[in-house]
Amino acid sequence: MNTRKIFLSLILFISVFRSAAQDSLLKSLNNSMSSAANTGYVTGTFKALYIVNMKTIEAPAAGALNVEIQHRFGTINTGAYNLWGLDFATLRLGLDYGISDRFSVGIGRSSYLQTFDGYLKYKLLRQTDQSMRVPVSVSLLGTSSYFTNHAPLGDNAQISSSSRFNYTFQMLIARKFSSRFSFELTPTFIHYNMVTAPDNNNVFALAGGARMKITKRMAITAEYNYLFPNQLVSPLDPPRSNSLSFGWDIETGGHVFQLVFTNSQSMIESQYIGQTAGTWGKGYVYFGFNISRNFNLKPHDKPKA
Amino acid sequence: MHIRFCFIFLVATCLSVNGFCQNYMTKTGFIGFYSKTSLEDIKAENNQVYAVLDPASHHLAFAVLLKGFIFTKELMQEHFNENYVESDKFPKATFSGVCSGDMDLNKEGTYQIVIKGDLTLHGVTKAIETTAQLDVKKDHIKGTSAFKLKPEDFNITIPSIVRDKISSEMSVKVQIDLTRSN
Repeated sequence: MNTRKIFLSLILFISVFRSAAQDSLLKSLNNSMSSAANTGYVTGTFKALYIVNMKTIEAPAAGALNVEIQHRFGTINTGAYNLWGLDFATLRLGLDYGISDRFSVGIGRSSYLQTFDGYLKYKLLRQTDQSMRVPVSVSLLGTSSYFTNHAPLGDNAQISSSSRFNYTFQMLIARKFSSRFSFELTPTFIHYNMVTAPDNNNVFALAGGARMKITKRMAITAEYNYLFPNQLVSPLDPPRSNSLSFGWDIETGGHVFQLVFTNSQSMIESQYIGQTAGTWGKGYVYFGFNISRNFNLKPHDKPKA
Repeated sequence: MHIRFCFIFLVATCLSVNGFCQNYMTKTGFIGFYSKTSLEDIKAENNQVYAVLDPASHHLAFAVLLKGFIFTKELMQEHFNENYVESDKFPKATFSGVCSGDMDLNKEGTYQIVIKGDLTLHGVTKAIETTAQLDVKKDHIKGTSAFKLKPEDFNITIPSIVRDKISSEMSVKVQIDLTRSN
């Protein structure tokens, strides 16, 4: 009786094995594939190179040129006479170019204090798929800016050119938690070559930004730049404030449109982190947009490694 | 004694199923897809295609990681993965089917065959049928095929703003060189 049971179960086993053999072709492929591949990098942590003002860990691919137009109208609290700020404009035009898939450079010119800026960005770590070997992406960013405005910040008409430089060093740490939600944390160090006494020349800040996709091609973004207290204390009018911004990303093929609300007029790190004046609560809110357009100067035909 | 004999026979049969598993296989097959419109040409190619052919049953299977498709424009590649095939949710495309037609996979020669089976992409499985050519050589079989696929059939929607840049049918090319595996 017992042996018969074993016998029957063996027959059953074989018949199952035989019929499964046809499906097993695909299964065996899937198995060998999943053991081989799990080393891909996470892509598309953010849609664009900017959350609103903050730079993201993303960079143009090797040989790709990104043209960035950033525009801020005036503050909403200027009232109906100025159509809630729409009569005014601050503009930054920027170019970002991928030298390799990991290393990119950018230049820009903005109308706020007639400032030129340039940056270098290096993708140090890239978050990996599934396996969790690398849980975050990390990019290093160095930005310098040079304002050419004739009489900025009051009566200092004669300012030496070295005093017009500011430098920002940032470590961009980001994680794509799901296909919809990404978060970036950015410890920031700023050096101002010239400050008003008793401000510090060296300033520390921490920035955080996030995006939440609402459809495949649209996302809501937010960012907050926290300037640690007691570093910049000279009075501004309106009073100095941390930069808080919200955006709505709309992606269409090679373009990304970002409609933004922010209490910062400038779009350069040393300026929007340290020199944002006026709070959301008092209506110092600028409406604006970022538009980016990607151009491929060289074909991209090797894996993104 | 009689039962013990049967037992040994059965175990032997069991093992022989494994023993006969002389499939033809590759991990470096090629699949490319192409779209041509007056506004934009799209080219995406993948050289890490897994394929296996059982010469006894003529069953055939493919599996490919969608992230392995390399586009000439990196941004297209990102959009392909993020917005179109959603490769984080559906990382693979697979095909399982059977070859039919006049062929003898144990004999060298070139055979024009028909392949029928199920293609799974973006979570949608669709029956497809295409012609293919098999070149049977000693210890390896080369296969080529070309067919067209419509993104809509796989629940891949193309927004109206880029509709003119993406052909409604993708031309797909497949090239594999299978070697005997044990």
